[in-house]
Amino acid sequence: MWSLLQIELYKISKRPRTYIAFIAIAGIVLIIQAAFKADPGYLNILLQNVDDTFAVDKGNVINGYFMCYMILNTLLIQVPILVALVAGDAISGEANMGTLRLLLTKPISRQKIIGVKFLASIIYTVALLVFMALLALFLSMIIFGTNDLLVFRSKNGESEILQITQDDVMWRYLAAFVYAAIALTVIAALALLLSVFAENSIGPIVATVCIVIVCTIISNLNVPIIDRTIKPWLFTSYLVGWKGFFYIAYDAENVPIKGSMENWASIRNSLFILFAHIGVFFGAAVFFFKKKDILS
Amino acid sequence: MKKLLIVCLLLSTGFVQAQDINTLLNKAKAKIETVNDYEASAVMKTNVAFLKVPIAKVKIYFKKPNKLKLKSERGISFIPKGAVSLNLNNLTGSDKFKVIDAGTDNIKGIVVRVATLLPADKTGDVILSTVYIDEARSLILKAETTTRDNGTYALEMTYGTYAAFGLPDKLIFSFNAKDYKLPKGVTFDFDDGAAPNMPKEKDPEKRKKGKAELVFKSYTINKGVDDTIFLNK
Repeated sequence: MWSLLQIELYKISKRPRTYIAFIAIAGIVLIIQAAFKADPGYLNILLQNVDDTFAVDKGNVINGYFMCYMILNTLLIQVPILVALVAGDAISGEANMGTLRLLLTKPISRQKIIGVKFLASIIYTVALLVFMALLALFLSMIIFGTNDLLVFRSKNGESEILQITQDDVMWRYLAAFVYAAIALTVIAALALLLSVFAENSIGPIVATVCIVIVCTIISNLNVPIIDRTIKPWLFTSYLVGWKGFFYIAYDAENVPIKGSMENWASIRNSLFILFAHIGVFFGAAVFFFKKKDILS
Repeated sequence: MKKLLIVCLLLSTGFVQAQDINTLLNKAKAKIETVNDYEASAVMKTNVAFLKVPIAKVKIYFKKPNKLKLKSERGISFIPKGAVSLNLNNLTGSDKFKVIDAGTDNIKGIVVRVATLLPADKTGDVILSTVYIDEARSLILKAETTTRDNGTYALEMTYGTYAAFGLPDKLIFSFNAKDYKLPKGVTFDFDDGAAPNMPKEKDPEKRKKGKAELVFKSYTINKGVDDTIFLNK
């Protein structure tokens, strides 16, 4: 199993497309960091009428933690596309190169082969997130320093600013990255499933991206009937669930409660639904791969 | 003749009453004016509907005649802009106002004299101020200031160790806060559904009211405060 996984990881590392995601992430993160360093004017948009009532030391607001939150907010919507680049290639890439038939002549079960490919996709996803954490969080901490984190959000039509003290931030980032890894694993499982049916890589990658886009649009429609019926079952409704770790609970006098989350039950349910999607997609991928008639 | 006597009596009563409130206000002012400068440590609890900020440790610096600075010791601070009126000297320091005796009132069981201060400068931001003075201790327990542009501010003071200097141990500052609206499409919020245990503000007007509570831990009085502290950095 371990040697199989090593081979899979070696194959992934030899594909140029693997590095597209890392280059894209590095490019976006560095551009955002440079832009905020040069001109922190974006903060004026976020703090527009707060400025009328309060004197806010804006120099402290833009810090490493805030930058990471901003970057994740921007990037984690696009990262599923980058994950699909590798996971969508897992089976179909072999089929396209004609190595799938050869691979299956070995005395290894199909279940094991697809399991290893899925595991390799997860490792790639985690590596992508670790790379993102290094750049978005740790590099930002070096460039911008650290301070309390301000989270801007709308809740039930009302806007809020949540302040999390800096000694209460790191565990939230750790939890958020773990959550993001689970959410992106859903995309990897979906791309792997679609990859089983294709003879070339483009089809499953494009199909995965299309499904993610369509589902994301539906998730953001805010039509009551869709909110009640379809939205709760779409995995895209939970891709931004990592933010739940930053929605700190507060008391009746609006003072945040250190170490708390506003709605852990909601995050737990989100995780349950994401795991269910992983199970269904991967289960279906195994099922169809085992039955697949290998012609290429 | 009788009518003239009654008018004279009424006028003289009114004069005595006005003198009293002026004397009382001057007594309260005299206590405040013994303080040339101070540096205070306090904890500040800000309660505004849209702002969920932790209790902050702050330093407050004051220097005569009206320099005041609030600084958070660590973290990001949201200092109410009207906090300049936290300085009672600022409120009563000017002699350019007319004092009207507005009778008596009761604050937490203490009978207080009420004085309305009308500024002589009719074009200024302050329309009127009302101060509630504890007659026995010559201390201002409450002050309300109505402004043209920023609504009404209110200060409620509780005194203890530093009462001799007219400096409170606890101060509640009430102010108007503009409702906060994030521009659409900048946050991509996670809809975490209903949060049943969280308090929710139903009254939109209450979102526009803010309160900052300062509990003073210590004062360093008349030991000198550097002017550079008051510079905006």
